[in-house]
Amino acid sequence: MTAATEPLLLATAVRKAYGPTAALDGADLTIRAGEVVAVMGPSGSGKSTLLHCLAGIVRPDSGEIQYRGRELSAMSDGERSALRRSDFGFVFQFGQLVPELTCLENVAMPLRLSGTKRRPAERQAAEWLERLEVADISGKRPGEISGGQGQRVAVARALVGDPRVVFADEPTGALDSFNGERVMRLLTDAANDTGAAVVLVTHEARVAAYSDREIVVRDGKSRDTERVS
Amino acid sequence: MSSPHGGARYEPFAGFDSVGGGSGRPPAPDARTVGLRAWIRDLALGARFAAGGGREGWTRTALTAVGVGLGVALLLLTAAVPAMMHTRDQKRVAREPSSAAYIAHPGASTLLSEETGTTYHGDGITGLLVHPEGPKAQLPPGVTAWPGTGRMVVSPALERLLASSPLLRERIPYPITGTIGHAGLMGPAELYYYAGSDQLVARDSTYHHGNADRIAGFGAHSNSAVMGPTFDLLLIVVLVVLLLPVAVFIGTAVRLGGERRDRRLAALRLVGADIRTTHRIAAGEALLGAVFGLLVGALLFLVGRQLASHVTIRDISAYPGDMAPNPALTVLIVLAVPIASIAVTLAGLRGTTIEPLGVVRQGVGRRRRLWWRLLLPAAGLALLAPLFGKVKGDVSLNEYQVAAGAVLLLFGVTAVLPWVVEAAVGRLRGGPVVWQLATRRLQLNSSSSARMVSGVTVAVAGAIALQMLFHGVDGDFVSSTGADTSRAQAVVNGEVGDSAQVASYVRSIAAAKGVSQVYGFARADATRPDASTLKRDETTDYPYLPVDVAGCPTLRQLARITSCAPGSVFLVPPDDDPYVHGDYVKFVRPGGLVDLNSPDSGAYHGKARLWRIPAGAVTAHPLPQPSGAQEWGVLATPEALGKAALSTPQAQITVSVDPKQPDAIERVRNAVAAFGPAVRMYTLHDTKEKSNYIQLRRGLYAGATLTMGLIGASLLVTMLEQLRERRKLLAVLVAFGTRRSALAWSVLWQTAVPVVLGLVLACAGGIGLGAALLAMVGGPFHVDWAGMGAMSGIGAGVVLLVTLLSLPPLWRLMRADGLRTE
Amino acid sequence: MSIGHTLLGLLESGPRHGYDLKRTFDERFGHDRPLAYGQVYSTMARLLKSGLVEVDGIEPGGGPERKRYAITDAGITDVATWLAQPEKPEPYLQTTLYTKVVLALLTGRSAADLLDSQRAEHLRLMRELTRRKRDGDLADQLICDHALFHLEADLRWLELTAARLDQLAAEVTR
Ligand SMILES: Nc1ncnc2c1ncn2[C@@H]1O[C@H](COP(=O)(O)OP(=O)(O)OP(=O)(O)O)[C@@H](O)[C@H]1O
Ligand SMILES: [Mg+2]
Repeated sequence: MTAATEPLLLATAVRKAYGPTAALDGADLTIRAGEVVAVMGPSGSGKSTLLHCLAGIVRPDSGEIQYRGRELSAMSDGERSALRRSDFGFVFQFGQLVPELTCLENVAMPLRLSGTKRRPAERQAAEWLERLEVADISGKRPGEISGGQGQRVAVARALVGDPRVVFADEPTGALDSFNGERVMRLLTDAANDTGAAVVLVTHEARVAAYSDREIVVRDGKSRDTERVS
Repeated sequence: MSSPHGGARYEPFAGFDSVGGGSGRPPAPDARTVGLRAWIRDLALGARFAAGGGREGWTRTALTAVGVGLGVALLLLTAAVPAMMHTRDQKRVAREPSSAAYIAHPGASTLLSEETGTTYHGDGITGLLVHPEGPKAQLPPGVTAWPGTGRMVVSPALERLLASSPLLRERIPYPITGTIGHAGLMGPAELYYYAGSDQLVARDSTYHHGNADRIAGFGAHSNSAVMGPTFDLLLIVVLVVLLLPVAVFIGTAVRLGGERRDRRLAALRLVGADIRTTHRIAAGEALLGAVFGLLVGALLFLVGRQLASHVTIRDISAYPGDMAPNPALTVLIVLAVPIASIAVTLAGLRGTTIEPLGVVRQGVGRRRRLWWRLLLPAAGLALLAPLFGKVKGDVSLNEYQVAAGAVLLLFGVTAVLPWVVEAAVGRLRGGPVVWQLATRRLQLNSSSSARMVSGVTVAVAGAIALQMLFHGVDGDFVSSTGADTSRAQAVVNGEVGDSAQVASYVRSIAAAKGVSQVYGFARADATRPDASTLKRDETTDYPYLPVDVAGCPTLRQLARITSCAPGSVFLVPPDDDPYVHGDYVKFVRPGGLVDLNSPDSGAYHGKARLWRIPAGAVTAHPLPQPSGAQEWGVLATPEALGKAALSTPQAQITVSVDPKQPDAIERVRNAVAAFGPAVRMYTLHDTKEKSNYIQLRRGLYAGATLTMGLIGASLLVTMLEQLRERRKLLAVLVAFGTRRSALAWSVLWQTAVPVVLGLVLACAGGIGLGAALLAMVGGPFHVDWAGMGAMSGIGAGVVLLVTLLSLPPLWRLMRADGLRTE
Repeated sequence: MSIGHTLLGLLESGPRHGYDLKRTFDERFGHDRPLAYGQVYSTMARLLKSGLVEVDGIEPGGGPERKRYAITDAGITDVATWLAQPEKPEPYLQTTLYTKVVLALLTGRSAADLLDSQRAEHLRLMRELTRRKRDGDLADQLICDHALFHLEADLRWLELTAARLDQLAAEVTR
């Protein structure tokens, strides 16, 4: 990756404890524009916590997280929500789709929340569904589709708002290897096209192989391969 | 699609010259600038959630709408009650003969009228004998033409009744010439008639010697009976007790599906909805449910109103058109229900933070605090306490203070309930699997269970308090008449010419089938012998000395008499009324003179008609009469009076009928009806109640039935919703091999535990409120344990019934593809 | 697997006789194939020549077998480089990696770092294969997938070892 690019996300000495357990104990990392970074590590090491901190949906106890030079914890809830609408996208293992809405409406939701009118928002959403090869299920609800289709809908939703960073936490966790790789391929291709960075939490090497580099989290401490070298 | 960002996006340091200014892209419109549009969008989105979401979503919204609708219908009905009462009152007054002043002579617009009521199989029938004296006489409301002499116009209900009951037709035999319209009837079931009669004679200025009033028309101004502060208190408490569960229930209904909603909102937070947006969306959801609820409620009300016109509750029926909700109250309901539902929703969200990762309950880990919950009932008590002992006599009650105090006390019960449930359930561990499942579930989310039973709790607490109050003030409104209904069932009285006429009345009554015993006497008044010589003005005091005239057999019923023959006279001293006793001692003695021309109002008229009490008159002790009265004064056989004329004698006839012949009393009524309007018959009752009080009690029973039904419905709705929310867990348990009966038991326990706690609390709260209310009216503290048991039993029964009703859906949920959700 | 580096690493904990070295090696790594004396002495001779070890002393009684070897600074550097150098990902790597991990633990170096850099190396290759798979035809894809699955298996082993490092360290240094 071009070392000259200024970091998009910069985390320094991030700590987060849930009661007595320290989920993060001094994590450092750098994410640059357009790169795909795999976050790896054993179960319970704090990967998800790190991801949530980076995305500003969990407030760290100490340490700094800067997004494009702005301190996340200094932002208001409204600002961070706006950031999630306009700059971030999310793909989780499951449960992030709104069960009451059709797939099309789910994908259009970030745009609508940012103030786009329904029609243009849904047109854009339909294009993304087509691109992720799930145009046929756009009228169905999340309860009526398969896990792989659901993940692709989630990817479409993560990317529809043209984000700078996509946060993916075990996006293929519930899928078989074939479907998992298809989702990964669609995700990284689309991210490449739009220039979005991807922070990808996974413990599957073959999924991590879609990244440009990896960050290892162990016992709440992260080793950024870029910083080590 | 992948609209490239501005070229600057990929350049080093892009956007960093504007650090702090946010992203280099066009800023996302924030809530402030979008304002109204964001509101509309989010409300619409919320409505979309409420309405959309497939069968699941629809069902939930429908349940909410039905729940709110039931409450709204009840509120609308309540709002219609004042207008209904007003309309009834107006109609009642409009057809009442106006009797502003005595009219001595017939005129172009005067008419003669006399009310002649009767009762048929327990239903009251009101009739008016009328005779227009001039061409301009005013027709009664609802009547288009005068019935000719010997004919009548009737209400449709009476027409139907007459057609089906020959026995009654015998009593009211006039040919029917028309029917009375809506304007002249208070309800479709009212039994009413106007009959033309040429037998009417106007009463004189002292309202004597006639059988009808000369009136100027219809439409009197009567002020309804004032019942005093205790009655107001009862009324307020009844309204509070009936309507508060409805309010609680509406609050529960709009919170249906809360857990799912929280999850949904969390998912929206993840894609960038800020907290205010989620609140607006939640408000939108609640709003749609409430609006649907209003529509359902309006529909239920309109349909119910039509149905209500076919129903008569204890003589009360009403036309649908008369049940018009008060416009101001209607507007209030239409506004308050959605606003309240939004407020309840937002208040429910206040304790939780919806975070992008899910719902963070701020209460988790922290125990509920008790003190502010206790503040509510304490505040209620503080409002009521100043009124202790003050509610009596004519003091006017501060309705708002009472209502607020009662509401706060009852709300206190619902506020304390979650704490009690949490505190009690928190200690439960172990036990059999079903018990463990139930208690663990309660520990995780005790508030929703507490909320579910809070309606029952409030209703039972209120009912207990009311029962205590009713019990305490019964004496104020119900008085014993002293009548002995086992000895006689009716008394007949009315003006007669002489004692011979009484005897003929007795004979014709005795001829009616089913009459087992009948006796009667003529009652006349006498006064002091020198009455005619006293100064004739209003202030002169004329002693009242009753003279009862009848044959020996009848006299034996009135007093303990050993020997009696025609010509016998007995003297019966009054009980121990010192006032009349003095007169009796002074004037009633063997050989004494009395004046039979007793003045019946104010001044003395005419000449004295002196009669000497025979020297052989014997003193006798009175016998208590079935009517509860005791006769005293002079008891004389007709022969003893000789030719002496009684002044305005009244027939007093006591009738007992064979209880095995249900129509006997109707036949007696027929016989009495033939005597003309001047003779009335009364059936005897053990107790006498003030009629408004009776209405209030009836209203309470009707309302309590509605409320309990409503609460049952609400419980069912919440229960179903809870089951739906837990469908996945249930499916997992079934997959584990848990037996269905075990799950059913766990559901039952899960409901039963809060219900039992709720009922205990309800009893405590009810006794508290009841004691406060009793203290206000100055009544002695008294707990009606039986009533309390009954109320708690009804509450528990409703819950049990609802749980049973929810089992079939539970079965279905467990059978179906429950595992596949979301 | 490099016997020279292994013996060097064993010397880091202190000077030893050749016989000592063989015994330690067999104990730790030569479970099914004990090291021949000849191989020990020829290896030591080569290491001596390249200055990675030196003769610390000779036991009285003479004879080549009584020589005591000690590691030099150059030798320590050599061990460190070897340990830090990830192995080229290939099948049946675990003997080498296992040796390296144990040696790192014995010499107080970070075995976790070692595993991390090995993982990085594996991932680097996997990325390359993934890229080839993306651009290639079906045959390429299938071949690449085969390799990827094997590499993934190795990586899993690396993860597992990493998770059990504490346990291993306790056993090794006992
Ligand atoms: N909300 C929470 N409350 C309490 N502890 C938490 C919470 N979230 C995470 N933890 C704890 O923090 C630690 C790190 O959790 P985290 O979810 O970040 O791990 P992870 O690396 O994502 O694991 P996995 O690979 O299993 O998803 C764990 O010990 C976990 O138990
Ligand atoms: Mg995780």
